[in-house]
Amino acid sequence: MEPDPKQERKGKRDGWIFFFAGLIGALIVGWIIFPLLLYSERSQPLNFSHVKHGPESSVGLDCEECHFFYEDGTFSGIPGLKKCIECHEDPESLYTDSPEEVKLFTNFIEPLKEIPWLVYSRQPDCVYFPHIAHVKMAETECRVCHGDFATNHTLPVFKVNRLTKYSIDIWGRNIAGYRKNTWDRMKMNDCAACHKQQGKEHNNACLVCHK
Amino acid sequence: MKKRDSAKGARYGMVIDLDRCTGCGTCTIACAAENNVSVLYDESDKTRNINWLKIYMLTNGKAFPHTEVVYLPRPCMQCGNPPCVPVCPATATTNDSDDGIVSQIYTRCIGCRYCMAACPYHARDFNWFDPAFPKGMDRYLSPEVSPRMRGVVEKCSFCHHRLMSAKSKAYFEGRRDLREDEYIPACVEACPTQAITFGDLNNPKHRVSELIKNPSAFRLLERLGTEPKVYYLTTKDWMRRMADNYLQGESKKEGNRPEKKNG
Repeated sequence: MEPDPKQERKGKRDGWIFFFAGLIGALIVGWIIFPLLLYSERSQPLNFSHVKHGPESSVGLDCEECHFFYEDGTFSGIPGLKKCIECHEDPESLYTDSPEEVKLFTNFIEPLKEIPWLVYSRQPDCVYFPHIAHVKMAETECRVCHGDFATNHTLPVFKVNRLTKYSIDIWGRNIAGYRKNTWDRMKMNDCAACHKQQGKEHNNACLVCHK
Repeated sequence: MKKRDSAKGARYGMVIDLDRCTGCGTCTIACAAENNVSVLYDESDKTRNINWLKIYMLTNGKAFPHTEVVYLPRPCMQCGNPPCVPVCPATATTNDSDDGIVSQIYTRCIGCRYCMAACPYHARDFNWFDPAFPKGMDRYLSPEVSPRMRGVVEKCSFCHHRLMSAKSKAYFEGRRDLREDEYIPACVEACPTQAITFGDLNNPKHRVSELIKNPSAFRLLERLGTEPKVYYLTTKDWMRRMADNYLQGESKKEGNRPEKKNG
């Protein structure tokens, strides 16, 4: 029996519809659902507010008060609990009515336990990054790599890649690799691109950053 | 990849006085401890163990009382023209930095071991196993040096992390230039007879740049043209002859000293 040409065209059209539905479904899975599953979300042990401590607050601490350089040129990074105790010494006289401050005393200062901060910008073991070469010698602003932390009221959610265990701030938030700000991604190519842009291409020799 | 101009920047090198070396092995221990070199299940297995700095014992082959012994410590020569670099298919080892140190990037290495075959000094080692340390020793590991995984090649880096630390300290003091004593590798620091001198060969103020002009200074396998940056000093001519390979009949030359020009 001859196949009905009308029926055949309809079959072809249905095929295309299923193909596109499948394609869109696969794209949604690959570009939206998979990245969501790939990263686990963790919150910081304490919600530290840079704004409440910073230079424009009533406390009025300079950035260098906590994030300073040691005499051997290493960077202090996130300060230890000792630095917090310098001001937060008495659990009876709190500075604010924030539950976070109570948490600071009950969870960390009283048992003298270091706060296990989750570091957004932790680089792999094979990377050597001297802050002093960038901040002091090249006069790079903190926000170029770290973003606007200083104006944050709350700490962002820490997202970590379930497979590689690296933070999303290293890999970049956009799965397509699109980067709007300098601090959106901290991969090797971003370091290299910035070195090149600053006319310091000789710093792209392997051993300069690798150890 | 750009080729490095050896006249530019620093060119860190070593001068090892073989007449002073007693072969005690302190340098190899200091090196292994500084650079987190892992410990093998059986360190006497010389086909599998890792030595960034190896000491060779050389004798003149004569019977007592004419026997002479020289101990020859051999780190990576950090060649100016390294044979290991062009053979690397992964660009894991390069010679493009401003300090003349040949890099080895473990995370980039694919473990093909071409570089080990190319290196005429046997300065490279392969990780046959994942790094392991005896109980308690892991507390002495240095955070400055990244650990190597199974299946990659490693080699001496002239304690490059010490150079980076020295630079950071200099930056804190607002300097860009390093003093001679600010950066020395662990082996140099540990040597009890101070047989090893370290510094920038390009800097006329550093002692090494004077020592290499000494007529008894030589390098290993100089004729290959690898331009090693590790120099040796010795007064023993038989030892100097061992430093290079000669054809039969060629060995009459006095060591590998440069031939005198006629006239």
